[in-house]
Amino acid sequence: MLAVLEHRDGALHKTALEALAAAQQIGAELSVPVFAAVLGSNIDAVAQLLAGYALTKIHAIDHELLRQYTPDGHTIALKQLIEAHKPAYVILPHTYQVRDFAPRLATSLNRVLISDAIGYRVDNGALVFVRQLFQGKISADVRFTGDPPHFASTQAGAFRAENLKPGSASIEKTTPALQPEQIRTRPQDPFRESQRAVDLGAAQIIVSVGRGIKEAENIPVVQKLADALGAELAASRPICDNGWLPMERQVGSSGQTVAPKLYVAVGISGAIQHLVGMKGSKTIVAINKDPEAPIFEVADYGIVGDLFEVVPALIEALGK
Amino acid sequence: MKIAIAIKQVPSRESQLKVNASGKWIEDADLAWEINEPDAYALEAGLQLREKVSGEVIVICAGPESAAQTIREALAKGADRAIHIETDKTPVSDPLALARMMAKALEPEKVDLIFTGLQSDDLGYGQTGVILAETMGLPHATIVMRVEPEGQGIKVKRELEDGWFQNVELPLPALLTVQSGATKLRYATLMGIKKARTKEVKKIAAAELGGPGNPSILLDRVYFPEKTRHSQIFDGPAREAAAKLVEKLRFEARVL
Repeated sequence: MLAVLEHRDGALHKTALEALAAAQQIGAELSVPVFAAVLGSNIDAVAQLLAGYALTKIHAIDHELLRQYTPDGHTIALKQLIEAHKPAYVILPHTYQVRDFAPRLATSLNRVLISDAIGYRVDNGALVFVRQLFQGKISADVRFTGDPPHFASTQAGAFRAENLKPGSASIEKTTPALQPEQIRTRPQDPFRESQRAVDLGAAQIIVSVGRGIKEAENIPVVQKLADALGAELAASRPICDNGWLPMERQVGSSGQTVAPKLYVAVGISGAIQHLVGMKGSKTIVAINKDPEAPIFEVADYGIVGDLFEVVPALIEALGK
Repeated sequence: MKIAIAIKQVPSRESQLKVNASGKWIEDADLAWEINEPDAYALEAGLQLREKVSGEVIVICAGPESAAQTIREALAKGADRAIHIETDKTPVSDPLALARMMAKALEPEKVDLIFTGLQSDDLGYGQTGVILAETMGLPHATIVMRVEPEGQGIKVKRELEDGWFQNVELPLPALLTVQSGATKLRYATLMGIKKARTKEVKKIAAAELGGPGNPSILLDRVYFPEKTRHSQIFDGPAREAAAKLVEKLRFEARVL
């Protein structure tokens, strides 16, 4: 079992630690040793972050051409590692970066990645992963048909980093065979467009609005609810894409991750990308006209109904 | 510039889904169908680029006969011609098999740039574009917000996590997966709809391209998810439901 872990600015990605916890858990159930791999340039310090976990070995894949992430660099370096060590399973965190290179890596080895897994079970010694279809409305058990290596990526929040088993692991540094001309894309340094003025992470109560609001002119409907609750107003991605609320108020995988004591989702169906940004909230309320909306799966309380009737009624009830 | 756009037809987002008798897919006989929304943004990005640099936009779609409707709509929005890989009714659940068929159909076209959506609304693997790039030996960039010609190649703005972005330069030919929502979608004009009737749709049977073959991953079982939280749902008249909810929030959850 090999866990390929993402890092940035000298720290491991949160979802990577969850993927490592998944690898440890599955490794224990299948009785197979667990290895980890990190890639980069001068990567010793990052590899060292993993030395305190129960792992058989940490592969520190070090090359100047891996200093900046490229899909070509990651694919070539990891293909070499996998061909040399022949892991049965390769587990990755389902991050934006993994979405960028892992399908390419699996294809280069004639395999298909089971992406965005939310769980697993062991069925007669074979691993079956659970993933979501139709934006979370349906679940599916998915299995591999051919020979290993098998690839799977784990959804943010699906496994718990708190379950990581401590231990000690040795670090093995390797230098992959990489040539500059093999890296075809030229990435520039990442940038942010604006400083964030709103820190949704500090809000105790958040009222969040989604597509169900239909048009920009209706935003005041939910703003009034936010005011009545003393809440910050937030939104799902389509609302910010349309410019109805500023990007800095977006909750989800491409926006902010929040965990307030109360999260009220209004007209939000609950796409996976939104859920990962808010499902850690203490109490979740969902208001949606579709009783099958995935948001109800994470909600503690829900009202099935037309938000244009429910929200004013809620404001009135709060005033009593 | 010769641009190809991979599109898919999926059940409409409003569909009430049911699991079919085999338990391995949904009951899809009576569903309404539409273009996969992320692919609509890929199409838009391709049409906008063609307007900037001139050239040709070819849409490619693998799907059963019913996908012809979605193909016509893409032609009505402005694509120049189409390739329809005709599959049988069961969707191809293996993205590698699908990408291989698409690669075979696209190779003789010698396109400069391929656009795909970020993921599909049905299977949601989020992989077909990247797999297609590897299968065709092309460089790629994912989650692309903007595309500009730059010298012999292109420069794209990619979205990273947590509010970060990155510009990346790629040589051509290349493949891009397009972020949804980055631009407004156009509507088909009456003229566009009229013109679409005369545009070329080249049909290729999946079998001619090697067919779906043996899938490398298999959907064992599909089912409605078990709820992870015990939710209390209130329906009925809005005022009654709202009053119940406020009481629960005050006295049970104690968050107000």
